[in-house]
Amino acid sequence: MSSGATDLGSITATAGDPARGTDQLATTSADRRPGAIRRRRRSYLLFAAFAFPNLILIAVFAYWPIIENIYLSFTSWDFISPKAEWVGLLNYTGLFTSWSFPATLLRTLIWVVAVVVITMVIGLALALLFSLRIRGTTAVQTLAFSPHVLSGAAIATIWLLIFDPNTGLSRLIFNAFGADSPAWITDSSWALPALIIVSIWKGLGFVAIVYLVGIQQIPNEVLEAARIDGAGRWSTLTQVIFPLLSPTTFFLIITQTISAFQAFDVIAMMTSGGPAGATTTLSWFIYDEAFNRTNVGVSSAASMIMFVILMAITALQFRFVERRVHY
Amino acid sequence: MTAMPTTAMTPTKQTQDAQVRSSTRRRTPWWGVVALVVGALVFLIPLYLFVSTAFKTNADINSWPLRLIPRSLTLENFVNAWELAPFGQFLINSVVVAVIGMALKVLLAIFTAYAFAYLPFPKKNWLFLFMLGALMVPGHVTLLVNYITVGHLHLVNTYAGLILPGIASAFGTFLLRQYFLSIPAEVLEAAQLDGAGHLRTIGSFIVPMARPAIITVGLIALIDEWNGFVWPLIVTNSVNMRTLPIGLLYLKENDGINDWGALMAGTLFVVLPMAIVLLLAQRYIVAGLAGSAVRR
Repeated sequence: MSSGATDLGSITATAGDPARGTDQLATTSADRRPGAIRRRRRSYLLFAAFAFPNLILIAVFAYWPIIENIYLSFTSWDFISPKAEWVGLLNYTGLFTSWSFPATLLRTLIWVVAVVVITMVIGLALALLFSLRIRGTTAVQTLAFSPHVLSGAAIATIWLLIFDPNTGLSRLIFNAFGADSPAWITDSSWALPALIIVSIWKGLGFVAIVYLVGIQQIPNEVLEAARIDGAGRWSTLTQVIFPLLSPTTFFLIITQTISAFQAFDVIAMMTSGGPAGATTTLSWFIYDEAFNRTNVGVSSAASMIMFVILMAITALQFRFVERRVHY
Repeated sequence: MTAMPTTAMTPTKQTQDAQVRSSTRRRTPWWGVVALVVGALVFLIPLYLFVSTAFKTNADINSWPLRLIPRSLTLENFVNAWELAPFGQFLINSVVVAVIGMALKVLLAIFTAYAFAYLPFPKKNWLFLFMLGALMVPGHVTLLVNYITVGHLHLVNTYAGLILPGIASAFGTFLLRQYFLSIPAEVLEAAQLDGAGHLRTIGSFIVPMARPAIITVGLIALIDEWNGFVWPLIVTNSVNMRTLPIGLLYLKENDGINDWGALMAGTLFVVLPMAIVLLLAQRYIVAGLAGSAVRR
């Protein structure tokens, strides 16, 4: 590294597009000089020293789990036995012939669709509201965004307080309409809606901010042109703004769906999958089977099912982005 | 520097643009004001009830109708929370995990990004794709095997076990690499002419110039580490190794939820540091989380 100016070549040659960078270097005439090979080898070593710790961690903690998970899903194991026992497809057939797992998948679907659709619709409305730039908007934006940054576990306890049927805000609201507050999290028909409300409340600010950034990137001239053409508020919205926001919408649907599938802390803190499984989504099921029931094989089979679902959604993203979404 | 992904859209600039724009448009509609107030209340009321309950006396908490304005304030709930569970220890654990985790993550990201931006390596593009591919692996799916891996390494119930799986960074590295590549080549040439080696180039030129991006990556890492729930839940098994969010489970389980005051006091411990971080560094966080989402 002391060679100073002579190192310049290697840096400037690779700065820029990585597709050009490395391979071109080998064909440069300067590199045929005796010192060049040694210098390049040292650059390789340096690259390894800089990047490999990160890449190895990624291999161990992101890729290896998928491979190991595939194996474990064909075995039966309880963490303690010396060896996992090969059981073939038994974990998978067991899941789909039981009554509870298909119900869990259906519940997860309801959860994901409800959370994503409602959050997106209200979030977009909120973004349009923010874009009016009424006085005080910035403060409300920060307020709405804050749940996204705060611990899900903490948000869950805050909402436990709100939902308390004896002393919570819920009782105040229901009493105002002359009714008793439902027991929310201990009532199996109200528990899932309660968690959906909390999840929406937590995600709303993020969706709104992302949409707001999208709205602000719409060129002023486009809006001016729409107005000159005589478009009213509503037709500007539906004919101009919504189509221009479609990449943002699509991005949000995908990312929100993926994170809704994996939602865990709010469920763990508020209901632990109960009452009577009413809030057991796929993510709780995976955790519960492994760490409460020590059914490692069943849990990894469920993990693989989640993996396949989320991969399919991601693949959809790539296909869809190329074809339909208007840029 | 305006081409850089994380800073180009700072809220202050947005605000100015939008103000210029809205002044040329229609006047503020009354329903907009009403909707904004309703929106504010939806977020404010739960937060207000939470914070006020943390300072309410038990008599106020348990009385009906709901006391929106407490008759008197007390710090008793904080004492109770502290006695029900070792919150001091939880706090130490959370700070250690969040700060060290963030520092290591940022450090790894800087070096990896530098390598990918400026150093040659055979099949570098493949390695880059390998790294980005990790973004598609769902975190929840990796839990079980990572627990087994950390078990093999004898790191269950240790700080290292808490921190290690979280410090690899594909997104942060990607963000920093993009930023590094937008730094003008002349700067690096100047550094080289000064006789600076790679470490000095990083320390004295790259890092200062990429500060906004590094702060963004660091803040998001800090927030993630601090709020981490499922991993700390499974990788720790003794009370004294738990982090703050898990600590809330103890307040909930110890007394059912009879002691709302203590639970809300504990929750305040968890929320307050990140609330302060948000208020101080909002533009970096929004730029990182939201800005990068829209820009491609």
